[in-house]
Amino acid sequence: MENEKKDAKLLEIKDLEVRYRSGGRSVHAVNGVSLSVDRGEILGLVGETGAGKTTIAKSILRILPDHATQSVSGEILFDGEDLLKAKPNRMTAIRGYKISMIFQDPMTALNPIMPVNKQIAEGIALHMGVSPREAIDRANKMLETVGISADRGGEYPHQFSGGMKQRVVIAMALACRPDLLLADEPTTALDVTIQAQVLELIANLQKELHTAMILITHDLGVVAGVCDKVAVVYAGEILESGTKEEIFDHPLHPYTKGLFGALPDLSKKVNRLSPIDGLPPDPTNLPPGCPFAPRCPKATAECRGEAIDGEEPAPIELREINPDHLIRCIHID
Amino acid sequence: MGTLIEVKNLKKYFKSPRGTVHAVDNVSFNIEEGKTLGLVGESGCGKSTLGRTIIHLLDSTDGQIFYKGEDVTHPDKAKLSELRHEMQIIFQDPYSSLNPRKTLKETIEEPLILSRKFTAPGALEAESTRIMDLVGIEKRLRMSYPHELDGGRRQRVGIARALALNPKLVVCDEPVSALDVSIQAQILNLLMDLQDEYKLTYLFVTHNLSVVRHISHNIVVMYLGQIVEMCPTDELFEHQYHPYSKALLSAVPTVDIHNQKERIIMKGEITSPIDPKPECRFAQRCPYACEACLHEIPLREIKPGHFVACDRCEEINGLN
Repeated sequence: MENEKKDAKLLEIKDLEVRYRSGGRSVHAVNGVSLSVDRGEILGLVGETGAGKTTIAKSILRILPDHATQSVSGEILFDGEDLLKAKPNRMTAIRGYKISMIFQDPMTALNPIMPVNKQIAEGIALHMGVSPREAIDRANKMLETVGISADRGGEYPHQFSGGMKQRVVIAMALACRPDLLLADEPTTALDVTIQAQVLELIANLQKELHTAMILITHDLGVVAGVCDKVAVVYAGEILESGTKEEIFDHPLHPYTKGLFGALPDLSKKVNRLSPIDGLPPDPTNLPPGCPFAPRCPKATAECRGEAIDGEEPAPIELREINPDHLIRCIHID
Repeated sequence: MGTLIEVKNLKKYFKSPRGTVHAVDNVSFNIEEGKTLGLVGESGCGKSTLGRTIIHLLDSTDGQIFYKGEDVTHPDKAKLSELRHEMQIIFQDPYSSLNPRKTLKETIEEPLILSRKFTAPGALEAESTRIMDLVGIEKRLRMSYPHELDGGRRQRVGIARALALNPKLVVCDEPVSALDVSIQAQILNLLMDLQDEYKLTYLFVTHNLSVVRHISHNIVVMYLGQIVEMCPTDELFEHQYHPYSKALLSAVPTVDIHNQKERIIMKGEITSPIDPKPECRFAQRCPYACEACLHEIPLREIKPGHFVACDRCEEINGLN
């Protein structure tokens, strides 16, 4: 029994689908995403604005906006337990304790009228069953861990700079030593030199606490520095996933290749960038077949989901190229 | 081609309740006609203020601005209107920089109408169509409103509006920061094509070093209102001499997983630009700082075309 639990994946998402309602139309935000994260592992979710990255993370914590969510289906197995079927009080016990999240914008993620150590202590008091005073002590220790002097614990968010606020948010997320950390663009709002500090901090703490992490980012450079595995998300689907080495050394999907080509490179000068033509599809009106087909240089009738000899083509599945590399494209052998 | 813009000892201070903010402090540089000067630095270093002061969206506190050799620091009304034709700006956020109640056609035609150059019947329409074509906006969108467009198209409208009157100098203030990479590349290519075709001069303000390497001929690195290093682009990426430039470049995440650079992690964060002490402004975070750094450090030419504001530059880089 013990062994069985150890071998199991910490998180396994199977066929997740999320639909939002918007102006009477149905927004297909996540369309059949399956992924898994082992204990202590860092998975990078890469994709552009609106690809559905944040929606995936919010589905795990069940914090999708109620009024706008039309349906959520599939399975999210955390330590073998399906979170989509969990009762609300069970989710409360998990949030911030087993799974926690770092939000993109530290300016809006903190309560402006509460001292930062109290904000960190809230979760500790709730989950660890310690006295309020003990919780504050632990919160102050957490602040020291992220490089903020405990003397500043009684200060309010506006007294901190952007980088410091993000450290507070990180302290809050890691206060209860969660098994899984969801980091949603944790450094996007920060300057590069501060980003370097914060990424180093997250990586060190992650190693120390052996926390698994899903790092959501649009920056392939950040993924290269931090992650073990990568999943490329486009229009709510995973188009390619695998180990960092596989994805960065041998990107196969035309979209992944396009992303690398569109990136100006610091280490060498090219005369012209190769942008990906066109735009991501409208999630209220996704094309049939492969969602990238309208922008893809290799697309054929089959990719566009057109019927051939009156026969509908089979849906394009994420398939294994080798054990470390999955791809959703019919043109790769 | 000669110098289009020359800036000498330019200062822009703002009054605040806590003291004077030295947003731009004693900055001097030139931009050659038809070239791109990249202005890089982190938030709050004064790069946007500098760009806006040069095109007179803000009045300078002190110093001089020369346009084609002529002192235009304090233009009269007629001169200012002339300069507005010649100098334009593309803003960072294509969501808030377009008037939400105007159609694309109205937005693009507004400067044309103000110029009073297109009064013949049909001339206005023909010109706005030409400009939309130039920046790659489909004709069918001319009656659309900004909210109906995606970010990339909106930024094309921002570019169209800026280029409507054939300016010579365009200040590009983080024009691609709000865009996704696949769209960012489209806009960068467009800006470079337009420069080739119309011999445009760009002052390209950005915090993204990869973008600046791609588009600029020369680079200025700013820190707290001052220039710390200035040289041709390729030179900077080969040899950074100022400790801040070194740290900044090393902090940029690279996609090369096999050659992850050794990051120089700087201590602390950017200090306050309010009433700064007369000393090297980077000293508090600099790993090489010593007593000698606690005085004003001028920018000096350490080799032809390469300027650095660091007294210990030779020593740190082993240049002697």
